[in-house]
Amino acid sequence: MTYPPRAGSAAPPEHQTAPALPAQPGPDGPPAPQAGPPGAAAPPPPVAPPERRSAFTEGFERLRAAATTEPGRLRIIGAVLAALVVLFGALTTWQVSDRAAAAEDVVERSQPLSAEAAEIYRSLADANTTAATGFLEGGQEPREVRDRYDDDITRASELLVRAAASSQGAEESQDQIEKLNRALPVYTSLVETARANNRQGLPLGGAYLRYADDQMRETLLPAARKLYSSETAQLEQDYSDARAWPWGALASGLVALGVLFWAQRRHYRRTNRVFNHGLLAATAATAVVLLWLAVGHTFARSGLGDSDRHGAQSLHALNEARINTLTARADENLTYVNRGSVTNEKGLDKYEATYLKGMRELAGKDIDAETAPAGSMLGRAMELADDSEGRRPVAEAMDNVRDWRRMHGEAQERNVAGEYESAKDMVIGGEGEKSTSEFFDRVDDSLVQALEHEQREFTSAAEDGRGALSGLWIGAAVLAVLGAVGAVFGIGRRLSEYR
Amino acid sequence: MAGTAAAVALTAALLPGLAGDVRQDHPAAAGDRAAGGAVAAQPAKSAKAGQEECETPEASLRPSANATGDGVQRIIDRGRLIAGIDQNSYRWGYRNPLTGKLEGFDIDLARAIAGEILGDESKVTFRSIPTSERITALKEKQVDIVVRTMTINCERIEEVAFSTEYFTGDQAVLAPAGSDITGFDESLKGKRVCTAEGSTGEGALEEGKYGAEVKLVPNQLDCLVRLQLGEADAVVTDNALAAGQAAQDPSTRLVGTLNRPEPYGVAMNIDHHDLVRRVNKLLEDYRQNGWQDAYQKWLAKDMPGIDGPPAPKYKD
Repeated sequence: MTYPPRAGSAAPPEHQTAPALPAQPGPDGPPAPQAGPPGAAAPPPPVAPPERRSAFTEGFERLRAAATTEPGRLRIIGAVLAALVVLFGALTTWQVSDRAAAAEDVVERSQPLSAEAAEIYRSLADANTTAATGFLEGGQEPREVRDRYDDDITRASELLVRAAASSQGAEESQDQIEKLNRALPVYTSLVETARANNRQGLPLGGAYLRYADDQMRETLLPAARKLYSSETAQLEQDYSDARAWPWGALASGLVALGVLFWAQRRHYRRTNRVFNHGLLAATAATAVVLLWLAVGHTFARSGLGDSDRHGAQSLHALNEARINTLTARADENLTYVNRGSVTNEKGLDKYEATYLKGMRELAGKDIDAETAPAGSMLGRAMELADDSEGRRPVAEAMDNVRDWRRMHGEAQERNVAGEYESAKDMVIGGEGEKSTSEFFDRVDDSLVQALEHEQREFTSAAEDGRGALSGLWIGAAVLAVLGAVGAVFGIGRRLSEYR
Repeated sequence: MAGTAAAVALTAALLPGLAGDVRQDHPAAAGDRAAGGAVAAQPAKSAKAGQEECETPEASLRPSANATGDGVQRIIDRGRLIAGIDQNSYRWGYRNPLTGKLEGFDIDLARAIAGEILGDESKVTFRSIPTSERITALKEKQVDIVVRTMTINCERIEEVAFSTEYFTGDQAVLAPAGSDITGFDESLKGKRVCTAEGSTGEGALEEGKYGAEVKLVPNQLDCLVRLQLGEADAVVTDNALAAGQAAQDPSTRLVGTLNRPEPYGVAMNIDHHDLVRRVNKLLEDYRQNGWQDAYQKWLAKDMPGIDGPPAPKYKD
């Protein structure tokens, strides 16, 4: 039984600086235990190159010369091992910090931006709906309606300023923000003119309001929708960046482990010694980092996957449903502003027609359906809601949509029968009467509840995912350095036996 | 035109006794393509009714104060007159947002008709119907009468019955005061002129070849919006509606008409002869007492210079 020399008996070998050592016979023979006192050997005479050659050839020759001797081979193995472990550490640190940054972006940047874009979209749709509601009230536009419109416009403008500042990179987003900034003042001035004319009792006000509504639907809302899509695409990009497997790091870890294993096996075969402490430490460090990487990333992936599936996609579906609810309500109001002055090709009031279409998209064809069919927006939101707390508000929204559609049908029957005033009261709410406006408000409230719930789901899952990666990159860096030191140290111990 | 001529020739061949009439009426038929086609499609009916080939579509049935039949009986049984009207034509048929009430020249006339038949001007149910639905609503008896600046023409008298003429419309040009546009003439050249899609105005602009850049919108009132926003230089629409626009924007005025009279009548179901006679009776009285007041109230300011109602024409 042979033992490695006791630790501390030799300084770490300066193998990098020693150009050559006396040749050792039998490169493959069983290792002769060299028990020469370490550190006692005089520096070997430098071998002068016989003639001048190119640096490359010279290096190669030296390497080949070194490879013919065991210490030379050991030095090469030591260098390769250290390099592999450092490479693994570096790749892990780099790839993990990349993913951690993407996960951070999801939580701190792209999801909030996507939510703010959704809020711009919603504020604009809400302003348009509210403008029509106030208009139907004639000269006596209630204070809270006026305030709601003003708040919507203010909010949209503020968020546009913020969006312009924070989405600097995305060209698509910038284009849409510019478009919105140009069109918003045009829209608000049209609404003001509509109000002024309406207050004088002139039908011109209705024409202005319809024109404003056209601007909203043909310019503002599509641009807001594109902005929202563009921000959501960035969110999806960040998700996939954060979730991508760090293949480079994993592969280099496996290679490092493999080579470490091979080096120890070689060591065992030649020295019959089972353990080399340095190499063992390097192996342990590498294995820990590899395991940490695999497990940590798996957790991060699953957390982020949850937040995407259960949070972001639900939020998206709910936002769509909410916008649709708002435009359907605007259509309903505008039917009473339009009063049949613009009709579709079938002779149906243009706004009644788009209301019906919007409601079909929101909750399916059947007015009396108990649950939203799969193809509808509420059906999709229901499908994506993964717990009862998420499903409850969506089901409530559906119930209220059903009541809303029924009452709308009754109001429309009255309207067609010539009872304009009582039909209008059923829509905007007369004195203490039930009206579709209540159902609309309840649908919106339910959707807000569902959105808040999904936002919480999103945040907690995404935080979990992000947490799984925390500390990993710094841990990988420290352990890799330790591993490389271990490998160098382990090989150095062997080398010292040749001195 | 060749098709119409051929159809007329065919009619003549089938009904030799009427050949003289047909030939005599040919220019009128040729002047109105659509009407010519409709007439050619139903030669036997036109001939049986003894109608002159639509030279004076505004000629109606003689008035009667006590004609009865299905048309009048329905209204009496119901106790209410159902009138199809417009809610968006200022000064004609318009729901005032401040009062919630309908008002205008056509609304006053509809109330007067209810007074004639039911003895109470308030017993009217107003039903708003879009332009495209006017004839269908009458055919399906959803409404008893349509009072909605509706022009009597050869095509329509095949489908609905009309009262005598109660107002004479015409296509008009509305322009801002101080504009150099003077009417349907070369002053429109290169100007952006707004008119409602599918309207008589669109046809008139196309036919007249004034060199205007025509801008089409869904509703005539949208044109005033475009004019105020500087997206159009002038508006072409019925003088009745143009007067309504001028009333809403004092900085605009009617600058010229096409001089192609369009008689407005009260439309009814084609089978309700009794109702037509009762309405014509009311109109006889209304021309003496009521018309002038309504004109002064709603129209005189923006459409000055009309002495009185158009004279009625009868075909029987």
